[in-house]
Amino acid sequence: MKVNEFELSDDLFEEAGNEFKVEHSDSSPSSTFWKDSWTRLRKNNGSIMGLILIITIITLAIFGPMMNSHGFDDQDLTRANLPPKIPVLEHVSFLGMNGVDIRGTDQYDAKGVSEYYWFGTDDLGRDLWTRIWQGTRISLYIAFLAAALDLVIGVAYGSISAYYGGRIDNIMQRIIEVLMGVPNLIVVILLILVLKPGILSITLAMVITGWVNMARIVRGQVLKLKGQEFILASRTLGAKDKRLIWGHLIPNSLGPIIITTMFTIPTAIFTEAFLSFIGLGLQPPIASLGTIVNDGFKMLKIYPHMLLFSSIIISLTMISFNLLGDGLRDSFDPKMKK
Amino acid sequence: MKKVVTSVKKYIGSRIMYMLFTFLLIATFTFFLMQTLPGSPFNDERMTTEQKEIMYERYGLNEPMSVQYFKYLRNIVKGDFGVSFQFDGRSVSNIIGERIGVSAILGAQSLIVGTIIGLFLGIVAALRHNTLIDYGAMVIAVLGLSIPSFVLAGLLQYWIGVRLQWLPVAFWEGFEYSILPTIALSAFVVATMARFMRTEMLEVLGHEFITTARAKGISDFAVIWKHGLRNSMIPIVTILGPLTVGLMTGTLVVEKIFSVPGLGDQFVKSILTNDYPVIMGVTLFYSFLFILVILIVDLLYSVIDPRIRLAGGGQREGK
Repeated sequence: MKVNEFELSDDLFEEAGNEFKVEHSDSSPSSTFWKDSWTRLRKNNGSIMGLILIITIITLAIFGPMMNSHGFDDQDLTRANLPPKIPVLEHVSFLGMNGVDIRGTDQYDAKGVSEYYWFGTDDLGRDLWTRIWQGTRISLYIAFLAAALDLVIGVAYGSISAYYGGRIDNIMQRIIEVLMGVPNLIVVILLILVLKPGILSITLAMVITGWVNMARIVRGQVLKLKGQEFILASRTLGAKDKRLIWGHLIPNSLGPIIITTMFTIPTAIFTEAFLSFIGLGLQPPIASLGTIVNDGFKMLKIYPHMLLFSSIIISLTMISFNLLGDGLRDSFDPKMKK
Repeated sequence: MKKVVTSVKKYIGSRIMYMLFTFLLIATFTFFLMQTLPGSPFNDERMTTEQKEIMYERYGLNEPMSVQYFKYLRNIVKGDFGVSFQFDGRSVSNIIGERIGVSAILGAQSLIVGTIIGLFLGIVAALRHNTLIDYGAMVIAVLGLSIPSFVLAGLLQYWIGVRLQWLPVAFWEGFEYSILPTIALSAFVVATMARFMRTEMLEVLGHEFITTARAKGISDFAVIWKHGLRNSMIPIVTILGPLTVGLMTGTLVVEKIFSVPGLGDQFVKSILTNDYPVIMGVTLFYSFLFILVILIVDLLYSVIDPRIRLAGGGQREGK
């Protein structure tokens, strides 16, 4: 011991002073799971692009229909089938936004229309800009509603099944296993045949089999967490089941829950559009992106603009949600990186 | 060893039981749907009540529900899905049989083309990890997953078929007619395969046995082909489920757009004309295919990774 005292004499040390303290506390700020994830997400160009796109699309879906004076179901046959014409952009000829159709005639001149229809009009003379954003609104509404219902049912089912375990879990898992084998789309089609298409019936048809995925993921998470020490500690301190589930298990499973929800949304948008496509979509006057895409096919060869814009918007919506979903998965759980 | 064999048998048995039960559930569901749907096959106004009675008698439609139900189940097992409303007196299984060939060719073609391109993209992306090639491949994959098949099919039909007139836009009269539908259908396969392959390849290439192989002086090609690819391919069964679903959904839409006389096209037409026996028959047929694929996936997976049996139930990504 004496040897050490000799070797570590006082002049080997230097007083740190206040500067060091400040620097120390600055260099390692405490970081939470959410902060970490956000930092990782911000570095992911794709998902930031997705996020910006989603915000843009939602904003346009809310305010787009109000940006001009045309109603989404105002019919006027004198202005039917007009190609798109946008102020300023009309002078850039290769964009095709100058009101000239594919045969080279300026339809606005020919029909004597002085207004601008940014995305053109459809076969009944309805403004496509208004219709498309109105449709996006409906599609997003269906998707968010379906995702929210999936979330509630899935989280409740999954966490109860995993938390209580034993016989309850056993029975609940058998039900899930049967439902997993059922092809979602087929059930949705059959249900819509009976229920008749409508916003609520389409949403419900999707939720009936859709929640299973969420339930499985939540169950897996809760099973993993349930045995950990912090749960034991909380239980020792007298926490009740309700508190353990809502205060500890579910908050700690939020990452996978959010990711699953993120992927439910594009799937729901696709399913709804798919239903419109096979003739089980929403009935007029309500229109969704899917029904507008489907309408666009009617005159694809002569008036391609009807299909073009709605296709671009629905594809962009799906792409942006998928990009954000991918990014969230990578940033919540870097180990799972795919 | 004997114990392992019995556990495998027990597992397979339980999976098959689940499969049958799921199918029974769907069959029951379709039966009750048929009962609740409006209309009857003999809505002809020229028929007198007696004539209708005779027809009902003949097709067993005035028997009690339970008798009809068991008859229905028995017929399904025999492959008899009833008679179409739309096509006079033609049996549903006859229609399915006639139409499934084209769909199978289209599906197989898309699966093969998509798998080859997808695997290639995935491998290249993994080998050139974090380069422009990797990003490019992943952009293609995200587009393939996100763009709905009907949008892609519509755009292809317009640009390549109508504008450029390179390929026929409809019908099914030769190989060139199948090119556009195949491209539209295989986009999803390409995307799924590329993402899967990239992930697996990256993981496998990080293992020490790859370093060992390289250290032994084996050529790059052999390392990738023999060690990398083979080991990455093992979990490929996990994406079979999503792929089947994607192809089934795809054929409905793509066949309708390109007027391909396949089962999907028929299904959509039947929905539009309320031809319920055909709808239910095709539904049961698709469900059966799907359930069979899920069963195969589970069984293959339990053979490849025995831990699954203990955990009970394979891991699948539903779509």
